[in-house]
Amino acid sequence: MSKSSTLWSDAIYRLTRNKAAMFGAIILFILILCAALAPWIAPYSYSFQDLELGASPPSAAHILGTDVLGRDLLSRILYGARISLLVGFVATGVALVIGVSWGIIAGYAGGKVDSVMMRIVDVLYGLPFIIFIILLMVIFGRNIWLLFGAIGAVEWLTMARIVRGQVLTIKNQEYVLAAQAMGVTNIQMFRKHIFPNILGPIAVYATLTIPQVMLLEAFLSFLGLGIQPPMSSWGTLIRYGVESMEEYSWLLIYPGLTFTITLFALNFFGDGLRDALDPKISSD
Amino acid sequence: MISIFIKRLLLAIPVLLAVASLTFFLVKLAPGGPFDADKAVSPQVLKNLNEAYNLNASEWEQYVAYMSGILQGDFGPSFRFPGRSVSEMIATGLPVTFELAFYAILIALLIGVSSGVLAALKRNTYLDFIPMAIAMIGICVPTFLMGPLLVLIFGINLEILPVSGWGQLPGDKILPSITLGFAYAAYIARLSRGGMLEVLNQDFIRTARAKGLTEKNVVIKHAMQGGLIPVVSFLGPAIAGLLAGSFVVETIFQIPGLGRFYVEAAFNRDYTMILGTTIFFSAMIVFFNLLSDLAAMWLNPRSRDNS
Repeated sequence: MSKSSTLWSDAIYRLTRNKAAMFGAIILFILILCAALAPWIAPYSYSFQDLELGASPPSAAHILGTDVLGRDLLSRILYGARISLLVGFVATGVALVIGVSWGIIAGYAGGKVDSVMMRIVDVLYGLPFIIFIILLMVIFGRNIWLLFGAIGAVEWLTMARIVRGQVLTIKNQEYVLAAQAMGVTNIQMFRKHIFPNILGPIAVYATLTIPQVMLLEAFLSFLGLGIQPPMSSWGTLIRYGVESMEEYSWLLIYPGLTFTITLFALNFFGDGLRDALDPKISSD
Repeated sequence: MISIFIKRLLLAIPVLLAVASLTFFLVKLAPGGPFDADKAVSPQVLKNLNEAYNLNASEWEQYVAYMSGILQGDFGPSFRFPGRSVSEMIATGLPVTFELAFYAILIALLIGVSSGVLAALKRNTYLDFIPMAIAMIGICVPTFLMGPLLVLIFGINLEILPVSGWGQLPGDKILPSITLGFAYAAYIARLSRGGMLEVLNQDFIRTARAKGLTEKNVVIKHAMQGGLIPVVSFLGPAIAGLLAGSFVVETIFQIPGLGRFYVEAAFNRDYTMILGTTIFFSAMIVFFNLLSDLAAMWLNPRSRDNS
C-alpha cells in the first residue's frame, strides 16, 4: 500500500520545489535569526555613540558605516529588524484574530447576521484607514502597542472576507451535512471539519499580510508618526537616511536595501505558499 | 443601475455622518487643551482663546455647531495658524494634490496598461517576464524609498532634475509624479495582465478571430473592454492609496499640497485641521470608490443587465 499524501505533505512538496519561495524562506529564516540574536551578534550596541568618529563610510571596523552620531549602522539595522519584524508578526496576529473570528461567525451563522456583518466590512473597506491610524497616534501618543493594535485593526478586513467565503463553501459540502445529520455539535463540527479546511487560506493570507503591515509601520515611522527614538525600526532608519542622503548616502541605501529584500522575501514566500496550498487561486 | 447608484449614495450619507461624529469625539478625547503646549498664557488670554474657538460651550453644543458648519462647507478655524480657516487651507492644498495625483495616475495607467496588455499577449516571452519582474520591484520598493532614491540619482548625482518644489522650476513636477505613479503602474500592470489573460481565453475572442478581425481590433475592441475591468475597480481604492502616497511624496519633495498640510497638522497637533481634513478625505474616498464601482459595473455587461 502506498503512503497516503495529505494536503500538507503535498503542499510542502510543492513549496520545496518552488525556488523563489525557498529563496524567500531562507532569507526570512536568516533575518529572524539575526533579529533574535541581535544583542549577541551585533558588533556594537544600538545606542553606542562614537561622536569623534561621526558619520563614516563603510570600513573594516564598521561594515556598513556609521551615522552622524557615530553609531554603527549594521548594529542599528539588526536591532531595527527586531522592531520591524515584531510589528509585522504582532499586528498580523491581531488582524488574524479579528478577521478569522469575524469571517467564521459571519459564514457559519449565515442569513441576516452574515449580511449585516459583511455590510460592515464593505463600509469599512471604503474608509481611509491610514488617516485614522495617524489620528489615533496623534491623540493617544506614539505608543508602540497602540501602533500594533491600530495596524492590526485595519488589516483584518480582507482576512474576514476570505475566511467567510471559505466557510460558506465548506458549510455546504456533503460531508458537513452528513456530520450535521449525525448530530455533531457546533463546536465539534468547527474543530474537526471547518477549522482544518480554512487553515490553508489563513496561512497564505497571513504571510501576505505581514509585508503589508511592515510597509504601513515603515510608512508611519518615515513620517515621524510611528516608532520613536531611541527605538528604531527600519522605517525610522530610512527616515534619517533620507535626511542625510546628500552627504552620507550609505545611511539611506543599506536600510532601504534590507527593507526591500525583506519585502521581496515575504512576497515570494507568500506567493509560493499560495500556489502550494491552494492551486485554484494561484495568480493568472 | 441608477437605483444602485442612489442606494449606494444613500448608504454613504450615514457612513460619513458616523465618521465625522466619531472623529469629532476622538479628537475631544485627546488629553489636554489645544493651547496647553504654548508658552504660559494669562488666564484672561486663555479665556478669550477658548471663547474664540467656542470651547466654553458644552460638548454637545460644540458638536452641533461643528456639524452644521461642515454642511455649509465650514471646517472651523485652524488651531495653529491663527486667522486661517481649515476650509481655506483645504482649498489651497487640494488643487496641488489633485494635480500630482492626476499626473501619477496618468503615468500609472499609461505604463501599467500598455506593459500589462503586452505581457498578456506575449505570454511567457521576455516581453512578459521583464515587465513583470520590474512590476514586482515596483510593489516591493515603497514610495518613501523610491522617492529619495530617484532624488539621489537624478537630482543629486546626475543633476538633471530639481530635487524639490512644485511649479517653481522647469521639470520639478516630473520626479514627484513618477515616484507616486510607479507603484500603481506596477499594480495596474499585474492586474491588466491577469484580466487580459482571462478574457483572451474566452470563446467570444476566438469567434472574433475566426471572423477574421485583425489582431489589433480583437485586442482593442473586444478583449480590453473586459480585460481591464479589474483595473477600473482598482482605481477607487487606489485613490485612497494615492492620498497616503501624497503624504510621503509631498513631504519628500516639499510640495505645498493637502497631504503635507495633513502631516504637519498631525505633528503640530492642530486638532481642528486634522479633524477637518480627516472628514474631507473620507468623503472624497467614499465618493471615488462609488465612482469606480459604477464604472466597473458599466463596463461589465453581466452586472449591467442584472440591475
